Order: sequence, then structure tokens, then C-alpha cells
Amino acid sequence: MQTIRLLKDKIISKLMLLFTILSVSLVFIIGIGLYYKSIPVLQNSTWGHLLTSSVWKPLKGLFGFYPYIMGTLWVTGIAIIIALPLCVLTSLYIVEYAHPRVRRILMPFVNLLSGIPPVIFGVWGVLFIIPLIQDHIAPHFVEFSTGYSVLAGGIVLAVMIFPLIVSILNEVLRTMPQELKDASLALGATKWETIKKVILRKALPGIIAATVLAISRAFGETIAVLMVCGNNAVVPHSVFDAGYPLPALIANNYGDMMSIPLYDSALMFAALLLFIIILLFNIISRIILSRLERKMAA
Amino acid sequence: MRRRNLEELFFKFLMVLATLVVGGSFFLIVGTIFYKGAPYMTFDMLTKTPGGGFYIGKEGGILNAIIGSMYVAGGATILGLIISIPVAIYLNMYMDGKKFLSNTLRMVFDVLFGIPSIVYGAFGFLIMVYFGLRASLLGGIIAVTLLVIPILVRTLDEVIRTVPLELRDAALSLGSTRWETAKVVLRAIRPGIITAILISFGRAIGDVAAVLFTAGFSDNIPTSLHEPAATLPLAIFFQLGSPIEEVQGRGYASALILTIVVLIITILSELLVKKFYKHKS
Repeated sequence: MQTIRLLKDKIISKLMLLFTILSVSLVFIIGIGLYYKSIPVLQNSTWGHLLTSSVWKPLKGLFGFYPYIMGTLWVTGIAIIIALPLCVLTSLYIVEYAHPRVRRILMPFVNLLSGIPPVIFGVWGVLFIIPLIQDHIAPHFVEFSTGYSVLAGGIVLAVMIFPLIVSILNEVLRTMPQELKDASLALGATKWETIKKVILRKALPGIIAATVLAISRAFGETIAVLMVCGNNAVVPHSVFDAGYPLPALIANNYGDMMSIPLYDSALMFAALLLFIIILLFNIISRIILSRLERKMAA
Repeated sequence: MRRRNLEELFFKFLMVLATLVVGGSFFLIVGTIFYKGAPYMTFDMLTKTPGGGFYIGKEGGILNAIIGSMYVAGGATILGLIISIPVAIYLNMYMDGKKFLSNTLRMVFDVLFGIPSIVYGAFGFLIMVYFGLRASLLGGIIAVTLLVIPILVRTLDEVIRTVPLELRDAALSLGSTRWETAKVVLRAIRPGIITAILISFGRAIGDVAAVLFTAGFSDNIPTSLHEPAATLPLAIFFQLGSPIEEVQGRGYASALILTIVVLIITILSELLVKKFYKHKS
């Protein structure tokens, strides 16, 4: 009886270990799989050429990712520029100024926002943001715009990353030691001066981690951006130009990729590119956050 | 002195404004979807599969996509649970004294959580090509399972950590093996498991990029794992791309259906979390 129970425990523990190893190694398996599939296009060209060329002619075997990379950078950049100040101000308000009730009312809606599927953000972008840009924003700056632009993609993405940034900043700001604030206030600083000169400085690593995490989320977002960006494979020169981010490129062309040689390899290379960048960004921000956590616990 | 106070007032005003924008964006999105989708909502949308001329504005509904999404999200959540429950238990109960290792593993799951669904979709597609599968319900379930594993592991991990250590110690000191103790713990976190299921299901049902390559699309309700399956987000995407107004309108109505489903799931899981933690403290 005793040995059977112990044996059972041992077998189950080995099984669980196997599951754990398998699911953790998913990171490596995905990376290796995507790299393996990208080899043909890499043999045909070099990393440098793939990343800096603008010529995209799949039928001739020419794949230049530069316009797509720029499209991704524009959309992500706009999203961060819009979202970061808004989220920092919001988090400061609910942590430092507002009655706790405000936080209790606001946070559930922020959580609900984070649960809304990407495609719904896309539909909202088409129905609300596109007409807004086309009729009310763009006419002040350019002669004509359809509204489908990197700006539209940036705004939709900004709203999508609100919950992520706000919830991380909330945690970071709430761990700020009360003594620091008290010291600054006792020296005669106003509350805003305390925030500006003490809290924000102290919270900087947390803000950076939240930003890096938000960037990596924005990088990989596919369908919502695809629906509002215009998907024109040229390098955007203004916020009202259409762009064509990398994830949209992958999603839009999966239909033809098997019929043209090297095309599937090129698209898998795009996925590999996304994977590597996002992996790095994620690791960086997680390390900053866990360091912060340990420092606060100590 | 006055300048300092003015500055304070100005930034406080900006903060209130920012809070209104962030909090209001939820209502703006849901409001827009309701406003545009509600006029096109019909009972047929929910109960019929696409008829002959559905995509030129004739009759039919999106039952195929609703059922397809349920199959994909349900299948992926079940498969995901089978894998993640053992992982979460292993992380918490079999790695005593290996704190660094278990924390590193947790970070790997956090990183996996950050990998976008389009990458999971592309990778799922590679697996399918490797095994010679075509776009099918099975392919969709596999890709989405990979997507929800990190979510399930991290949620379950958090939940198991709320179980008081005394409970474990009591079970162990009575002579239970670790696995028998794990069963006690699993019973204690039942509401937490349901929360994890809801979160995973909600994420799975709304995802497009992972099923785009792998599940295909079909006007029929799939009857086997090897048939292609329509999914709700893809149905919305395709209908919105149509130039015909009636079809676009149905796209808005489909978006409304998906929004309502996801909101119900999210609210349920929030309530459960609240109840669970109240119970604990």
C-alpha cells in the first residue's frame, strides 16, 4: 500500500515535470521552427538586405521588409506617444489624488476594456476613428485623407494598451514609500512638486518597464491595426499616410504564400522578426519589474 | 507662491481629464458597437447558418461562426487545462527549495504570454504543414491552446499561491504524499479554476490572428475535427470587408454579439475573483 502510494506520487511528479518542460520549451521550439522555415529566404538574401530593402516583388523572389518595419514603428510610436502621458496622469490621479472610491469604480472598467477582443477595437476604429480623422482632423492639415492611416492605427492601439500600462503603473505607484512623500511635503513642496521631483523619478524604472511591455504588445497587434491602417506598402511620411505593419503583412498574405516559391519562407521570416523583438522587449521589462518588486519587498 | 499653486491646479485638471479619457474609452467603444449593431440584430443572426446569398445581403445568420468559436475556444480551454493544471501544481508544490528556478520558469510563462497571437498562428500553421493537416477545427484548437497555456498557468499559479500554507502542511503532516496534498489544494481552489477557465475562454473566443491560418472558414457547422470551422471574429472581419451595406450591417451586429459574450464572461470572472478573495481573507 505504502509503496503504491509513493510510486504513484513519483510517476505523477515525473509526468508533471514533463508537461512543465514541454510548455516552457515552447519558447525555443517556436523560435527554432520559425528560423528553420526562414532559412530559404535567408540563403537567398542577407539579414541586412532583407531589413533595409524596400523592393517587395514576391514573384521575382525579392523581399524587402523596410516599408513594413517602418509601418510598424510609426503605428507603435504614435500609440505610445498618445497612451503614455494619458496613462501616467490617470495613474497619478487615482493613486495620489482621488478618493479610493474613484479607483474602485474605474479599475473594473479598465479590466473590461482589456477583455475586449482586438477585432472589436478594429470595428470601433472603422466606425468611429476613421470618420473622425477623415472629416474633422485631417482637413486641418492635409488636402485629402481617407482616414485609413497610421494615425488611426496608433489611436486604436493606444486605447488597446491603456489597461496594460495603467494596471502596471498603479502597482508601481502604490509601492512608493510613504516616508519619501512625507519628507518632501514636510520640506514645503506642494503635492505636484512632490510627484514631479520625487515620485516620478523614483518610479522611472517602473514607467520604463510598462512602456517597453506596451511597445511589445503594440508591435504584435494584428487585426485591429490591419483594419484601420490602409495597408499600403510604402514608408509613411506623415501621420495621415497609410502604413503596412508587419503583422498585417503576415495576416493578409497567408492565402497566396503556398503558391509562390520563397513567399512562405519570407512571411515566416517576418514572424521570426516579430518573435525576436517581442521576446527581447518582454524579457527586459520583466527583469526590470521583478527587480523593482524585490527592492520593494526588501 | 501663486505660480506653484497654479501649476498644481493645471496638472490636476489634466489628470482628471486623462482619467475621463481612459475610463470613458470603454463606454465609447461599447456604445459605438451597440449604436451601429443593434439596428441589424435579428433573431435569425443567432439561429441560422448563412443562406445561399448571405454574402450579398440575402437571408441567413452566423450560427456557424458562433458554434465554431465555441468549439475552438472550448476545445482549447479544455486541452489547455489538462496541460496547465499539472504545470501550476509542479511550480508550487514540487519545487520547494528551488525558488530561483521556479521564478525563472514563471518569467518564461510571462514572456510566452507576451508573444502575439499572430506568431502562435504562424507557428500553428508550421505544425499543421509538418503533420500534413489542412485548415481545420483541430488546427484552430491546437494554435489557440498554445495561446491560452501561459494565461492558464499564470492564473492558476496566482490562485494556488493564495492557498494557506497551513492547509498543505496539515495534509503533509498527516502522511499524505505530495500528490495527495495537491488534490486537497485543487479542491480548495475550485472557484479559482473556474475563473481561469473563464479568462482563457474569453481570450480564446476573441482571437483572430491565431485561427486565421489554422481553422479556415466554412458556412457549415463542423461535424468533425478535420473540417474547417468558422469563427466569430473572422466572420466579423469578412463581413466588414464587404462593399454591400446590408452585409456590413450584419458585421456590426456580429460584433455586438461577440462584445456581449465577452463582456458577460469578463464580468463573471471578475465577480468570481472578488468572491474568492473575500472568502480567503
